[in-house]
Amino acid sequence: MKQPVLTLESVRKSFGALKVTDDVSLSVAPGELHALIGPNGAGKTTLVHQISGMLKPDSGAIRFRGEDISALTPEKRARRGLARTFQITSTIASLSVLENVALGVQAKVAHPLSLFRNAARDAALNRPALAALEAVGLADRAEVPAGRLSHGEKRALELAMALALEPAAILLDEPLAGVGREEGERLIELLSSLKGRYAMLLVEHDMAAVFALADKVSVLVYGRVIASGEPAAVRADPAVREAYLGEEG
Amino acid sequence: MSTAPALAETVAAPAPRRRGRLLLPILLFGLLALAPLAVSLGMPSGWLALLTRAMIFAIAALSLDLILGVGGLVSFGHAAFLGIGAYVTGIMITEGQAEALLILPVVLGICALFAAITGAICLRTRGVTFIMITLAFGQMVYFLAQALSAYGGDDGLTLYAKSTIAGLDLFSTRTGFFYCVLAALAGCYALVRILVASRFGRILRAARENPVRVSVTGFDVTRIRLVAYVISGMVAGIAGFFLANHTDFVSPAFMSWQRSGELIFMAVLGGVGSLHGAIIGAIAYLIAEDGLSHLTEHWRVIFGPLIILFVLFTRGGIVGMLRKLGGGGGA
Repeated sequence: MKQPVLTLESVRKSFGALKVTDDVSLSVAPGELHALIGPNGAGKTTLVHQISGMLKPDSGAIRFRGEDISALTPEKRARRGLARTFQITSTIASLSVLENVALGVQAKVAHPLSLFRNAARDAALNRPALAALEAVGLADRAEVPAGRLSHGEKRALELAMALALEPAAILLDEPLAGVGREEGERLIELLSSLKGRYAMLLVEHDMAAVFALADKVSVLVYGRVIASGEPAAVRADPAVREAYLGEEG
Repeated sequence: MSTAPALAETVAAPAPRRRGRLLLPILLFGLLALAPLAVSLGMPSGWLALLTRAMIFAIAALSLDLILGVGGLVSFGHAAFLGIGAYVTGIMITEGQAEALLILPVVLGICALFAAITGAICLRTRGVTFIMITLAFGQMVYFLAQALSAYGGDDGLTLYAKSTIAGLDLFSTRTGFFYCVLAALAGCYALVRILVASRFGRILRAARENPVRVSVTGFDVTRIRLVAYVISGMVAGIAGFFLANHTDFVSPAFMSWQRSGELIFMAVLGGVGSLHGAIIGAIAYLIAEDGLSHLTEHWRVIFGPLIILFVLFTRGGIVGMLRKLGGGGGA
């Protein structure tokens, strides 16, 4: 067994009386794509927020490459190589596509906050940024302001921004949400091209995508993991069928 | 992959756009540099003093634009830095130390310290709370100055000497002082412009739009904003140094909240975030104020609505308007 990159140990979180994360334990091995599925309101995004540091769990531990990161700020987790994308696309609309990706590159280079070095003409930033854009097929859109991209392109851009961090793990919060069929297919292809290179935790509603991509599937219902394992086994699980898959026919 | 280096050099900063952006500031500073000549050719000499005053406020408005326009932080206490700069200068001159090379480091140091302490507290908050806390700190300094009875208290402090620079008496003539202020303004403008274009500046700009994205990309947004806040406070302190030397007088009114509001108006009037917009805004504001106050003593009744109408109907202030005219709708 390889040492997992990301491990959640009995993570709990409540908003008042509502248990949004109820004793969740799961792990993602290097290069593994672990899908997290569940009905609306199951607490998937809340869980991603806790892993990325935007919310603090009430109890439990989040280990990333062996270190307990549950008390760290989001920026410290990002610096340790934990990248994420958002359910609602989150880019810097007024900066160009290249500049958006260069932000991530900048977090990794020496003197990331140099006060005097011009950023726009900085090859140390632009070259890796362009490489990340080529990896997601957006290189020809490098100069366009991010706000002018199509929805699917923004999704790909977010992915490039995550890749620019040279992460060990990527949290993908519904990367296909609101994307049309054609762009969706391209994104699925893109994600499968990244498989094996990064540990990925994928939250997704599109079941076809999940079962095409995932090495492992966990099902979250009312904040609890009710099943976890190989995609085929999870799909056959009667509890899962009742709670979730069954509803969709 | 082979196209990568070539593309990387051309992307993000196409040459024509960059040249266009430099045109306005060059024109602006060129015109300012010629102003003393206009006076010698017959413009009333009071005009030079007005322009000097406008350039001093332009330094302060420019510094505010760094946090307001670039960083997205509406500080309602920025006049405090102007006042601290002016008071430090006034007190040092009164105590017999008029040398700018000694006064300026003290001004910069105290402004940086004040900005670091108050900024660390203000930046824990956002939105209206941030505005209110910066206002509260501004008022705190205002009342502190009022209580400084050894240095004039409420009445202010009259100065009987001007600063020297390395022993040189550059401030004693109107033209000499004008060019010193112009040089300081140009220096501050260049500095802030370089900062905005730097790696640091890019993160500051990105954080204005989307702080969450910036933090999950690995940057401490609060720390970056604090650095900007400190630099902004220091630059405003420089404006205070010149203001004291310009008026030969310092008073608590320099740092009243109305003054902070005026600085925001100047930045907004000129076009927020463009830096030279703040300079143009400050000059336009002071010239309009001067012109209207000659017409009627109730000039504020006209000036207030005029500013509101202008801000409502011109997106991006004066600079936005000029860009629209210059670009012929294309840009």
